[in-house]
Amino acid sequence: MSESTPILRVRDLQKYFPINSRGFSRRHIGDVKAVDGISLEVMPGETLGLVGESGCGKSTAGRAMLRLLEPTGGEIEFAGHDVMRMKKRDLVPLRREMQMIFQDPYSSLNPRQTIGSIIGAPFDIQGVKPEGGVQKTVQELMERVGLNPEHFNRYPSEFSGGQRQRIGIARAIALKPKLIVCDEPVSALDVSIQAQVLNLLEDIQDEFGIAYVFVAHDLSVVRHISDRVAVMYLGKIMESAPRELLYTAPVHPYTHALLSAVPIADPDRERARERIILTGDLPSPSNPPAGCVFNTRCWKAQDRCFSEAPVLREISAGHKVACHFPETGGLNAAAMTAPATGSDFSEN
Amino acid sequence: MTQTNEVLLSVRNLSVSFTTEDGEVNAVSNVSYDVRRGQTLAIVGESGSGKSVSSLAIMGLLSGKSAHVSGEVEFDGQQLVGADPEDVRKLRGSRIAMIFQDPLSALHPYYKIGDQLIEAVQVHNKVSDADARKRAAEMLDRVGIPSVEQRLDEYPHQLSGGMRQRVMIAMALINDPELLIADEPTTALDVTVQAQILDLLRDLQKEFGTAIVLITHDLGVVADLADDVMVMYGGSAVEQAPVREIFYQPQMPYTWGLLASIPQVHVDSTRLDPIPGNPPSLINMPTGCVFAPRCTYKNQVPNNLCATTKPDLETTSSGHSARCHLTAAQRDAIRLEKNIGRSN
Repeated sequence: MSESTPILRVRDLQKYFPINSRGFSRRHIGDVKAVDGISLEVMPGETLGLVGESGCGKSTAGRAMLRLLEPTGGEIEFAGHDVMRMKKRDLVPLRREMQMIFQDPYSSLNPRQTIGSIIGAPFDIQGVKPEGGVQKTVQELMERVGLNPEHFNRYPSEFSGGQRQRIGIARAIALKPKLIVCDEPVSALDVSIQAQVLNLLEDIQDEFGIAYVFVAHDLSVVRHISDRVAVMYLGKIMESAPRELLYTAPVHPYTHALLSAVPIADPDRERARERIILTGDLPSPSNPPAGCVFNTRCWKAQDRCFSEAPVLREISAGHKVACHFPETGGLNAAAMTAPATGSDFSEN
Repeated sequence: MTQTNEVLLSVRNLSVSFTTEDGEVNAVSNVSYDVRRGQTLAIVGESGSGKSVSSLAIMGLLSGKSAHVSGEVEFDGQQLVGADPEDVRKLRGSRIAMIFQDPLSALHPYYKIGDQLIEAVQVHNKVSDADARKRAAEMLDRVGIPSVEQRLDEYPHQLSGGMRQRVMIAMALINDPELLIADEPTTALDVTVQAQILDLLRDLQKEFGTAIVLITHDLGVVADLADDVMVMYGGSAVEQAPVREIFYQPQMPYTWGLLASIPQVHVDSTRLDPIPGNPPSLINMPTGCVFAPRCTYKNQVPNNLCATTKPDLETTSSGHSARCHLTAAQRDAIRLEKNIGRSN
């Protein structure tokens, strides 16, 4: 958080996917509210972790921020530009500044293109002529991400998963962007390779001052890499805070449950700790519960939670929560009040 | 450890190789381990380490022409390698059961949940449809599935991932097996659902005294459930020990590397210390130690021994063995310097 002006400011971002009736008329009968009004800011050079379970809308949010998916509503301000009101054509030069790294290193690289042309593609598309020529620059990039520069004529199939993710990273940093949305960049990799890629992402951030929006489901990885973390559930942000605060003094019941569910790789600690076991599964985003979206699984839910949706409000500097009855006593207090394992599955 | 110490499954020098167009793939080489009644052995490794293949071999599921299985697998005194496939089939699903990572592809999409569970009962027991259905309902209820009667008549696609995994577990346990092989049972699940399933496995083990072979890459899951751990790399067992020993007194550089590679959720980690390089190709295995090409400490061993000679699995302390040429003193010094494991 070196500067005070955010590089990216998102307000009330929405992305709805329409559900149409079957048959000829294809009437619009509802929406999957994948992202339902999220607001966040990213400072230059910082990492914002966007964490949540599958179906919470974190990946959709990441794409909508870049207008890779057309948002249904909201405001996006990137480096002083009003991204939502820009024409598609005018967005092209802006894409130099905002890039993306994808989860699956197998489907995000064209199998018929050489590594050299994949990493060099941003220069062609943007009409940028790097000093010393494209090939030399591509080879420098390959070296920077830990690939052998002599391999620029090889095809993606000749590389392992970890190496392919390095190719994706080289492509993303080719034009020296200010922001990269990383969508589960290490979740397809084995742990020893995952650590290599995380270190590379950190080094590149230090070197080029790139801001990351780091979308992931792995809470340990998010804690490791993020400066600030936002927890999503059913299209909404439940809680956001600087990293230490979120992990040591979370106040939203969902954050508590999520953190307590992660097994710790330390047998004594793992077997001694209290755990909150959430009952049931995520409700359908096409038919979210009225009031607070977490009320079907929350052990603290009261009448108010079923009638009134809590808004995300700031409870201390940089710490925001969307809950009517936030926790106060830290992690253990929540574990005490949590019920034992239940078997009340109201949703499926 | 309240369970008896009786060995239920004894695996000795199990090797599995496949003949492919590119050459002989040595997926598992000379693996030996014991599983005791009511206890959990975790087999840990990354993709391609041979952890899944070794258990498929035990189940007799690798009988195809291209797979070569050798060694001994003794289940409750009965030899399984080279046994009549019909005898092994009778064990499968009754005394030995398996759950897989992806319940959607392991359940038949065209059959109702109930019919699949009923079949699992009737294949091994002569019982009426009504009794089998009653048993299926009991089991679904036991694994925490609500409105059981309705679920029995639903298809797998109508259930969520967590529910499908519960159905898989119900199906695996329906004949009260003595051994359950769980291959990455929670990898495809969200973390809150994973916690539910791990709890369920723990409770069921307590209740039925089932021995579990848990195959996973997740050291958190290992720390949660395992009694004993076998770490596999490049088809070999590189370290075997009780769970606390693996985490607090690890002896093998690959295990050190794994532990240093994972960020932990309960502490702020600074910099990860990853293992350099990539896992070996199972076709051109290194002649010496399988881990030598990536090992940071091989220079501490004289005469280039790590590159030329495969280390034996040596006992380092009671119940703890590791494959490494480093001396005990060297390992202690490295662990101390790098702050690996924990003194306790």
